[in-house]
Amino acid sequence: MRKLIEGSMAVAEMVRLCRPHVVAAYPITPQTHIVENLSQFVADGELKAEFLNVESEFGAASVILGATVTGARAYSTTTSQGLLLMGEVLFNIAGLRLPTVITCANRAVSAPINIWNDHSDAMVMRDAGWVMLFAEDNQEAADMHPQAYKIGEDPDICLPVLINMDGFILTHAFEPVDIPEQQEVDDFLPPYQPSEYMTVKDPRTFGLLADPQWYMETRYKLQETLEDVKPVIERVADEFKAKFSRYYGGLIDTYRMDDAQRVFVAMGSLVGTVKEVVDDLRARGEKAGLLKIRSYRPFPRERILEVCKDVEELIVLEKAISFGSGGMLQEEMRAVFYKQKHQPSVSGFILGLGGRDIPPSSLIDVYKVCQGKVISNEFVDLRPEVVPKNSPLSAPVDGWLEDI
Amino acid sequence: MSKPIQISVAPGTSRVNKTGSWRTMRPIFKHDTCNDCRICVLVCPDACITGADNVYDADLDYCKGCGICAYECPVGDIDMVVEVK
Repeated sequence: MRKLIEGSMAVAEMVRLCRPHVVAAYPITPQTHIVENLSQFVADGELKAEFLNVESEFGAASVILGATVTGARAYSTTTSQGLLLMGEVLFNIAGLRLPTVITCANRAVSAPINIWNDHSDAMVMRDAGWVMLFAEDNQEAADMHPQAYKIGEDPDICLPVLINMDGFILTHAFEPVDIPEQQEVDDFLPPYQPSEYMTVKDPRTFGLLADPQWYMETRYKLQETLEDVKPVIERVADEFKAKFSRYYGGLIDTYRMDDAQRVFVAMGSLVGTVKEVVDDLRARGEKAGLLKIRSYRPFPRERILEVCKDVEELIVLEKAISFGSGGMLQEEMRAVFYKQKHQPSVSGFILGLGGRDIPPSSLIDVYKVCQGKVISNEFVDLRPEVVPKNSPLSAPVDGWLEDI
Repeated sequence: MSKPIQISVAPGTSRVNKTGSWRTMRPIFKHDTCNDCRICVLVCPDACITGADNVYDADLDYCKGCGICAYECPVGDIDMVVEVK
């Protein structure tokens, strides 16, 4: 049924329909409404699950680890400092090959403390061995949950999935969201049937010591499976489309890419803004396009190569930075084209950190300055009175595209 | 596509991993002045010392040669010697 609801409620509704046995989460802005709604569902008897009030995000992650080891479908959600506090356990969940799901309401990382959106939190966890999906809008964020369980619980995969949705921009936005019937979700997502789990009567040892003779093979298998999961993510997206008539791309999605020469690359809710900008540029006769990275881990290298074979320039927009190096997405996009026959130029821009607004006019500016040169790690819309800086973005580009 | 690695094992299987190969020093229980205090049994981090009636020994399959038993023995009945093949 189509409802006008908050993004957090849409996610909570969809998690309820996934029938988790155990929910453990610690409230933290901007994720709080997801947890509140789920605990209300449990209190009202609408969700038959064990809801655990934990002392911290470390506890929440540990509870869903333990729950999944017993064969339960478990769920947690967090953001920012909470995700960092979960860090050690997140690596363990992936190493133990436990297919659980966590929603991250993406938020900046302290200090200075900031509760608004960027992708700094999730990007820190990119090496933990989790599948990482980024949602563009609330319908996609909600729909990612049954897809995530189905991907992770595939017996050939056994991997946890981190669903990323932009804090406030999505979690607190009211949008019309189609919430399916329980039977429809049940038909799409069968009960979790792990091949290995422990009970009181059948104890098992999980997370045992792997000394130098064994550890490296576990890492090899993790890397191998994160390659193997690529077709599974695409297959599950197709199955979801067949069942619910909604599709957001598999590993990537594209927008007006057919003859595009200059292409924006973005993840998360920024994709919606970029679509508007691409439409605007197209109306001015520009061959602009958009590449949406839906799966950041695994990184969809092959798909990117396929859709960029005639592209001249990529403009990477990202809400995170690896200090001392640069934008991670920008660097990975460049690596995709290394020694390939066709090598588009790749520029990278850091923007929207800590909730800084990203107006379409700034993206038009970015599009303008890239023309003919490669720009790296350029911060967009810095306050010049705070950071006096000679930026290519501050210089007017003569006679080229009128300002909006 | 290959199957994921096996993620769990039956309980008690850590005994399969004979950590005694890590040892560079070996405890020698002299069975000479032992006063049956059992401190060596209590302090062994690997819980590999067993025995009774003034006769105690370390299970060398698991003893890592840390030397805590020799250090704590109040009557000096345990010596640590270099492990030689």
